[in-house]
Amino acid sequence: MISFVLRRLASAVPTLFIVVTISFFLMRFAPGGPFNLERPLPPATMANLVRTYQLDQPLWRQYLTYLGNAVTGDFGPSYIYKDNSVAELIGKGLPYSIELGFYALLLALIGGVLAGTIAALRQNSTLDFTIMSLSTIGVTVPNFVIGPVLTLIFAVFLSLLPAGGWGDGSLRFLILPMIALALPQLAVFARLTRGSMIEALHTDHIRTARAYGLPPRVVVVTHAMRAAMLPVVSYLAPCAAALLTGSAVVETIFTIPGVGRYFVLGALNRDYTLVMGTVVLIAIFVILFNLVVDILYGLLDPRVRHD
Amino acid sequence: MKAFTFNRHVAALLLGSMLIGASPALAETVLHRGNAGEPQTLDQAHTSINIEEFILKDLYEGLTIYDAGGKIVPGAAESWTVSDDGTVYTFKLRDNGKWSDGSPVTADDFVFSFQRVEDPKTAAGYANILYPVKNAEKVNKGEVAVDQLGIKAVDARTLEITLERPTPFFLELLAHQTALPVSKASVEKNGADFVKPGIMVSNGAFKLVSHVPNDNLVVEKNPNHWDAANVKLDKVIFYPIDDQAASIRRFEAKEMDLVYNFSADQIDRLRTAYNSQVHVSPTLATYYYAFDTRSEPYSDVRVRRALSMAVDRDFLAKEIYSGSQIPAYSMVPPGIESYGEPSRADFAGDSQLDREDKAVALMKEAGYGEGGKPLAIEIRYNTNPNHERVATAVADMWKNTFGATVTMVNLDVSSHYAYLQEGGKFNVARAGWVADYADAENFLALSVSTNKTFNYGSFNNPEFDALMKKSYEERDPAARSKVLHEAEALLMQEQPVAPLLTQADLWMVSDRVKGWEDNAANQHLSRFLSVSE
Repeated sequence: MISFVLRRLASAVPTLFIVVTISFFLMRFAPGGPFNLERPLPPATMANLVRTYQLDQPLWRQYLTYLGNAVTGDFGPSYIYKDNSVAELIGKGLPYSIELGFYALLLALIGGVLAGTIAALRQNSTLDFTIMSLSTIGVTVPNFVIGPVLTLIFAVFLSLLPAGGWGDGSLRFLILPMIALALPQLAVFARLTRGSMIEALHTDHIRTARAYGLPPRVVVVTHAMRAAMLPVVSYLAPCAAALLTGSAVVETIFTIPGVGRYFVLGALNRDYTLVMGTVVLIAIFVILFNLVVDILYGLLDPRVRHD
Repeated sequence: MKAFTFNRHVAALLLGSMLIGASPALAETVLHRGNAGEPQTLDQAHTSINIEEFILKDLYEGLTIYDAGGKIVPGAAESWTVSDDGTVYTFKLRDNGKWSDGSPVTADDFVFSFQRVEDPKTAAGYANILYPVKNAEKVNKGEVAVDQLGIKAVDARTLEITLERPTPFFLELLAHQTALPVSKASVEKNGADFVKPGIMVSNGAFKLVSHVPNDNLVVEKNPNHWDAANVKLDKVIFYPIDDQAASIRRFEAKEMDLVYNFSADQIDRLRTAYNSQVHVSPTLATYYYAFDTRSEPYSDVRVRRALSMAVDRDFLAKEIYSGSQIPAYSMVPPGIESYGEPSRADFAGDSQLDREDKAVALMKEAGYGEGGKPLAIEIRYNTNPNHERVATAVADMWKNTFGATVTMVNLDVSSHYAYLQEGGKFNVARAGWVADYADAENFLALSVSTNKTFNYGSFNNPEFDALMKKSYEERDPAARSKVLHEAEALLMQEQPVAPLLTQADLWMVSDRVKGWEDNAANQHLSRFLSVSE
């Protein structure tokens, strides 16, 4: 098991290297640069900036410098947010994204699995149709619609919750963004759970369990659930990586100081280093969660063994 | 039992004294200021946008500042004198001018700050705003040493700035955020970290307390500021909200007292709901169409005037911009203190129907349009839904009035301006200009024949050039203003540029906020504001 984890971590290094290399060059092939503004900078100013940020060096040298620094944890200065290094920006924003994303993930997972299980047990009932219709809406209505609607109802009309901001980080500030972030994922979890639960309930070992006269609760929770969780767990990895690294849309709508927006802002402003920093961050999260999921697989499914 | 009652008394007393002790804190006045985005920097050398300007000008104070009405008044300098030839400014700093750490603001700090901005190693984005200072451009290009910059400390409280040539709007430039001072001691000690909370030392009415990027930035009253007795706010919280709809929702949820910039299509709804809290304040920015005077038929003043007259500016302002922009008939927007009312085009007073009649006659005289040579016009604009709607409307007006065939070409913003600035040929092109400083010269100099970058249509009129030249040499403000008015009158007569709209800043100002004055310079220092419950 330990050797499995170590092997997987070792294989993450070349993966990261490829991700960094591809995004470094893709970023540079996009037209324009960080200092091309609506009103052009005077040539002298532009020359000073380009020299200061070493953008006048040949691309291969910039790439090597970047790689060399990145290995030591130095992801360079942000070209746009000039007072901060990329590492500082991500370091400041990430805890907010992780906290909000963690609650949203919890809500999506628990809510989704619960709703999906109920729907599966009452297959083709009104309750099932209601849950599935709601989850279709959850999947199709984007969170840039859900977010503002929630704010209008709960903050502007009812004055129950704040319309945005992190405030003191208490739950009342997090409820609305958490729901906006979780709903689409909750719907996915619900659909996945329902499907695999229906399938699991029709398998031989469940029939056997029922034949033995085990109480329905035990059959569902201990036996069916375990098999039904496999597709849910595999979706967990990309979902967790996406939620914990923040969402540009939700962070912008609710003014959450997370890292989600940096990816979009960085790309739009050609803030090369900031984009690279967020790409590396997301890559690390994806790799880590895939590993976690593979380990969970081994625990859930006796057929999967890591040796 | 006795002890218990005693304890209760003590507790009540303690609680009471705590409440009394806490009452000043309860009465703390806080302004919740919606700012249209996250500041990219709090370093005066790197700042370039107005959401940074609002914060920086609360934190720091330049030699001159804008008052609540947008007028230039003494700031860190208490007074100044100007040499007879207009090239040497001597500033007397305030005796009680202090940094937030209690140390005095000295002439040395200003020398250090200005040198830092011009030093090529700093790579300041707005270094050119101080180019009128002697040798500034050469220093910035690395041609001469930094100490050759025309600024020196005569003594701790006396600062002398020498200019390349007389610059009548120099006091305006000094109020720019790039000209705000830094504490020499702090920058030398902390390097690039001098901008961080807990480290920053500032000389403005407020000092930096905390900053959570993309959430809030808190400043509190600086007790060391020379005018602290008149600063009514204890704290200002800036909220960087780049989503305009979100900032309006937070205003409606009463979480914000001020919101800067929102979508123009919201104006009607907000006016109904919030009435006088909606502020549409004309700003120093002009939306115009330039004609390429190098080629036929736009080299003919009659054609240019006819085309300009035929544009119904009221329609553009009301129907396309929902009243968030104002019809313009002058290149210089209204609201510049030193200039007063701009010189508007002579047809400004006519009704649109009269203008169209005159336009048709002029066009006929020039020999174009119906019955004359065919008129085929291409409008270039930068890709943007509003610019497209304006171009479509103008095309329609020209079609209806002159029977012209009008085509439209659009490019993304950087390509559009790059094409124009590199001298590309065109017929009619959209352009906009936002003032760098509140002076008419900033708008009129765009059409001087030697301005290779921004005189897109290569307008070349010796009389106009001569008037502009005279304005630089004129020392008397009233006489200078008169010369500039003559220049603008000539420009509006010639119409190489057809101003269409004066842009406006949109603010939501809660009824709680007192001391607010709309002004064209869009200057709203928190120290002149207060809030009431």
